[in-house]
Amino acid sequence: MHQDYTITHLKQLESEAIYILRETAAQFEKPVLLFSGGKDSIVMAHLARKAFYPSRLPFPLMHVDTGHNFIETMEYRDRYVADLGAELVVASVQDAIDAGKVTEETGPNASRNGLQTVALLEGLEAGQYDAALGGGRRDEEKARAKERFFSHRDSLGQWDPKNQRPELWNIFNGRKQHGEHFRVFPLSNWTEMDIWQYIKLENIELPSLYFSHVRPCFERNGVIMAVTDFIELLPEESATVKDMRVRFRTIGDATCTGAALSDAADLDAIIGEVAAARQTERGTRADDKRSETAMEDRKKEGYF
Amino acid sequence: MSETNTAAGYLDMDLLRFTTAGSVDDGKSTLIGRLLYDSKAIFEDQLEAVEKSSKSRGDENVNLALLTDGLRSEREQGITIDVAYRYFATPKRKFIIADTPGHIQYTRNMVTGASTANLAILLVDARKGVIEQTCRHAFIANLLRIQHVVVCVNKMDLVDWDEATYNAIVEDFKKFASRLDNIVEVTFIPASALLGDNIVNKSKHMPWYQGPALLYHLETVYIGADENHIDARLPIQWVIRPHSDKWHDFRGFAGRIAGGVFKPGDPVKVLPSGFESTIKSIQTMDGELEEAFAPMSVALTLNDEIDVSRGDMLVKLNNSPEPTQEIEAMICWFSSDKKLAGRGKFIMRHTEKEVKALVKEVRYKVNINTLHKIEDDLVFSHNDIGRISLHASAPLMADSYSRNRITGSFILIDEQTNETVAAGMIL
Ligand SMILES: Nc1nc2c(ncn2[C@@H]2O[C@H](COP(=O)(O)OP(=O)(O)O)[C@@H](O)[C@H]2O)c(=O)[nH]1
Repeated sequence: MHQDYTITHLKQLESEAIYILRETAAQFEKPVLLFSGGKDSIVMAHLARKAFYPSRLPFPLMHVDTGHNFIETMEYRDRYVADLGAELVVASVQDAIDAGKVTEETGPNASRNGLQTVALLEGLEAGQYDAALGGGRRDEEKARAKERFFSHRDSLGQWDPKNQRPELWNIFNGRKQHGEHFRVFPLSNWTEMDIWQYIKLENIELPSLYFSHVRPCFERNGVIMAVTDFIELLPEESATVKDMRVRFRTIGDATCTGAALSDAADLDAIIGEVAAARQTERGTRADDKRSETAMEDRKKEGYF
Repeated sequence: MSETNTAAGYLDMDLLRFTTAGSVDDGKSTLIGRLLYDSKAIFEDQLEAVEKSSKSRGDENVNLALLTDGLRSEREQGITIDVAYRYFATPKRKFIIADTPGHIQYTRNMVTGASTANLAILLVDARKGVIEQTCRHAFIANLLRIQHVVVCVNKMDLVDWDEATYNAIVEDFKKFASRLDNIVEVTFIPASALLGDNIVNKSKHMPWYQGPALLYHLETVYIGADENHIDARLPIQWVIRPHSDKWHDFRGFAGRIAGGVFKPGDPVKVLPSGFESTIKSIQTMDGELEEAFAPMSVALTLNDEIDVSRGDMLVKLNNSPEPTQEIEAMICWFSSDKKLAGRGKFIMRHTEKEVKALVKEVRYKVNINTLHKIEDDLVFSHNDIGRISLHASAPLMADSYSRNRITGSFILIDEQTNETVAAGMIL
């Protein structure tokens, strides 16, 4: 007889996430998987592939596109989606701006991050999606520590921290009224370290932005930013632009995703860096610095 | 560099889920803060944010308790009102903490946190000893079948690290706990969360204590026997049918194993239909497996074409639950808006099956402070615990909760609001 029926923590997290993904496919009429091209959504898509193997995914992927993408992300996205044989839906912030549904911020700190919420909600509504799978993790930010696997949103997409359903055992209650929907977070119990270790274990390919490379950057409010077509440099900033050896710990809108100085060129080096890190990933995101409860406020409005 | 940094060390770790309970000010947040801080699970920017809010609240020192404090409205009231999940890891284990508050009105939060926990830490203030709340928390841990309990006697610094005080508390708790039969193992640890004694490092102040520090215990407590590896159960979640040329006739019955061990060749039965077959293969994207057990997510294929759908259950031929529509259960009432008085109709979710349920009778409620039965007030409101009988509209493949936490548990859902109103454990 087998002496000890235990599995490693990564296998437990994998099994839990696959359970949630299958539960989502079963409980909702039209789920969609939010795919940003960032490592968390890549891991989630990989798990979805495992959950339904040898079938294709029973739901499409959705990219909420701010129009301010790193080229590397887009190349990766298109290749990955083709590989999966999945359907890709793009919810475009540019379209929302063109349709006059939102107004763009102006000035050097202009960011389309806030507008993502609008594009996402529009995209969900247009496709009549009733559940959106997101790669959010509870260890990312304090406001997420209490987030559920199945997070209930009212018909305006808003999150009410008081009106969330208790989650016990393996039982998830995805019942809803017409017009309401859910955000589902299969990676809730993963930490940044778990994600990296799993990527290594499963040999998952990532966009090159995650690995150390040299590119022109400048500093803004203590955050290192990449020079791109989408950022307006202040005159004094232009003077500070120089080639830096950096990598990105998260990949989002190019206007508000900070880079970190790093020599980590492969997974082992990144894992060593994460283990020694003194800053959460979100510490490099300009949008969370605005206030300590910034994330919580955005969640209430319908951001992930 | 510690072993956590190397792939080999990390790939070898297992997982322990635990919950913490104590009454207000026993030092629960300080204890969790200490575990996170000393295991380096706290990042600089989080610490910075906490320093800032400690200052704005007028605290003298950095308040480690704020690290585990969640949403803003709660911060403003200075209390935690929900279950929050925390993570940390050592080279041996990854830990998931379900942090639940200890006020009487929040029984439901502790029940929620306890439902997935392997271990519960019960905090006792050394100056106060075993109080009503301690008994209540132990009762809930037992009801939810947490098999490992740690009684952490905190604030030992305030009783001069006195051995006799500690021993008296241990005796008190043991007397009470002898009645709690699901708890397999109770460990007592004298500690000071504030000063760090016996949390991560062994205390120098209590040479009379021979046992381990809390973290060492958490790292080494044996949980391999917690899952039921005897009664094979696979609740079917989803049927995988690729409809592709390569996988033309493939039908994979997918789900997360709730108990026992499945191997190719095993004779199995589908419930409730009773159709029999044998396991052909255990499929995963990484190839076929030779065996599968709880809590693995797998897909099984069978040697015969039989009808299986979501909500059915695969079991072994010689070991199966009797499908039944009549259920006796202990429940915890969750809803603050609705009450249960006598009879009531609900939607019931048990494993992957959703049915209608009629609560036929409230048998009794439990006074969770005295553990006495209440038979003169049978109305369930917010946070009440008690026993009911119910009738399900279709047969359920149920085990008793004391044999299996997954196939022995259910929730009740309000038909109008879709709110989860109760959690149940089958007797
Ligand atoms: N002297 C002493 N004080 C402690 C100890 N643990 C916690 N405290 C203090 O007790 C108070 C309540 O602690 P807290 O962690 O907020 O309690 P909670 O309500 O259980 O989360 C705080 O002022 C802590 O500094 C301890 O071991 N010794």
